[in-house]
Amino acid sequence: MKKGRFGTHGGQYVPETLMNAIHELEEAYHYYKNEESFQRELNQLLQTYAGRPSSLYYAEKMSKDLGGAKIYLKREDLNHTGSHKINNVLGQVLLAKKMGKTRVIAETGAGQHGVATATAAALFGMECEIFMGLEDTQRQAMNVYRMKLLGAKVHPVTSGTQTLKDAVNETMREWTKRVTDTHYVLGSVMGPHPFPTIVRDFQSIIGQEIKEQMIALEGRLPDAILACVGGGSNAMGAFYEFIKDKEVALIGCEAAGHGIHSGKTAATMTIGSLGIFHGMKSYFCQDPYGQIAPVYSISAGLDYPGVGPEHAYLKDIGRAEYVPITDEEAVSAFEYLSRIEGIIPAIESAHAIAYARKMAPKLPQDQIMVICLSGRGDKDVAAIARYRGVNLNESNG
Amino acid sequence: MNPMDKIFSNGKAFIPFITAGDPCLSFTEELILEMAAAGADLIEIGIPFSDPIAEGPVIQAANIRALSNGVTTDQIFEMVRRVRKTCNVPLAFMTYANPVFSYGIETFLKNCKETGINALIIPDVPFEEHEEFKPLCKEFDISFISMIAPTSENRIKTIAESSEGFIYCVSSLGVTGMRNEINRHVEDMVKSVKEVKDIPCALGFGISNPMQAREKAQYFDGIIVGSAIVNIIADHGLDSIPRVKAFVKEMKAAINSLSS
Repeated sequence: MKKGRFGTHGGQYVPETLMNAIHELEEAYHYYKNEESFQRELNQLLQTYAGRPSSLYYAEKMSKDLGGAKIYLKREDLNHTGSHKINNVLGQVLLAKKMGKTRVIAETGAGQHGVATATAAALFGMECEIFMGLEDTQRQAMNVYRMKLLGAKVHPVTSGTQTLKDAVNETMREWTKRVTDTHYVLGSVMGPHPFPTIVRDFQSIIGQEIKEQMIALEGRLPDAILACVGGGSNAMGAFYEFIKDKEVALIGCEAAGHGIHSGKTAATMTIGSLGIFHGMKSYFCQDPYGQIAPVYSISAGLDYPGVGPEHAYLKDIGRAEYVPITDEEAVSAFEYLSRIEGIIPAIESAHAIAYARKMAPKLPQDQIMVICLSGRGDKDVAAIARYRGVNLNESNG
Repeated sequence: MNPMDKIFSNGKAFIPFITAGDPCLSFTEELILEMAAAGADLIEIGIPFSDPIAEGPVIQAANIRALSNGVTTDQIFEMVRRVRKTCNVPLAFMTYANPVFSYGIETFLKNCKETGINALIIPDVPFEEHEEFKPLCKEFDISFISMIAPTSENRIKTIAESSEGFIYCVSSLGVTGMRNEINRHVEDMVKSVKEVKDIPCALGFGISNPMQAREKAQYFDGIIVGSAIVNIIADHGLDSIPRVKAFVKEMKAAINSLSS
């Protein structure tokens, strides 16, 4: 395969202004990824600061309730800052620091990646600016305030659909304005090479831990791994270690919004087609003239019209399967997991829980399923209440 | 004469950019003819894209105006075909990778040739991805224009060696848009290019008035202006043609006032 390509997908489709920065990043990453002191420092941070390894929890009540496969939850929600995003951010910000950068910028959808980036910037004493769609700043107001508490400047993005896609546009524009001292901490397995590889590598600790923990607990590999997919970083992180283990089914759960035929969906793998956008060739929701389609999901983190190039490749070669989950199914799974296991999942992760509810009952009890619980749901509580028509305004309560 | 050579045959070249369909296609058609009559040496026609990541707010807004009027790539080809009946000024398309890729690169270029487009500029296709576009451009006799930026440094040599038509020099970091001050070292870019290849260099991004244009034209073979023109269109809509025409005349005169 050509460098930076996953089959036909991937590549480096960005303005010339950024090319030297991207090459510089690639060289630095290549050097540090095998450097012992970098790895030691990163592992130390992952353990003592982020709280790794995250537990692999046997969801016994949920398994019994669904009456089929044995279900384990990979508890990325227990990481510092509340999601898997910290794995990648600690790696990238440490790398940026080594490269002599003094400022980091990032896009964020739900705010999880923005919060993680602001956290790492605070830790490393770096300047931090976060770009977030105006609509998302409203949907996720608490995360905006968290970022500010951490010392980051948050720019609400008012262009386009005012969501994750537009936040990426604006962060790329900002990077071309000030590239020399600034590293763009891309939050998912997307964008131009080397980002999809870097983010995947930093997230692949999820799958490595799943493998070790599963062998320790069950003495064998799981039969299926489920994860939600927007850009696809938690899914890629969970899947990567198992790609060569063909007997393990890899299932990505994408956001269908109001339904794949409703015109209000973000189910890229189901309705998208091959295109070039945000620096990469991959699948995108687009019109026949290549205009990127406005997408929709209740989940700000999955509300993205594309998908990482390695996922597109895994779909092409049939190694992974991608399924759409509607808002209603996700919200219902959000409530279900809260009640049955006492775990409030991020609405993003609830998409994977939703598919597990459909799939697990059809499987025999000796089968094992792992769901990557990519984040915790505190940030979503207000939005879910609104969705259910519950008024949380305390002055009325 | 080869149309690409013609661009730089009448003194320093003035190259205006407009977004097709902003505010409507019949306006764009008339504007192209009038800018050609006013002395434009190459006209860059922007095919609007939903997410133009190299553009500042002015051209972003033009893209939105055009797309919300329902302008499509096919309609733009038809407009070019009509323009070509009476206008022989070289024409370039400037757009993003996806509108070309999703149309089918080969079909897109075939239509370019048939309707009379001479060059193609795609800011999100850097040297590393040229292979996918450039050989097909050659096949259809469309010049694929290379860009260099203030950060290109060691890349300039490689880019210049494979360049054709002219080189689009990006004046400043960041996105398109009017700037009060242009990077003082832009002329170094030209020197680096000309050491490798004798190819015309045109400067774009940020130039908005005759004074800036005249100053920079000392070092460049052409000056590209987008946002300043699109801004006139944004302010005056369908009535903007005489103003744009006057601006083009003024810029063409300004950039040639030192060289003669």
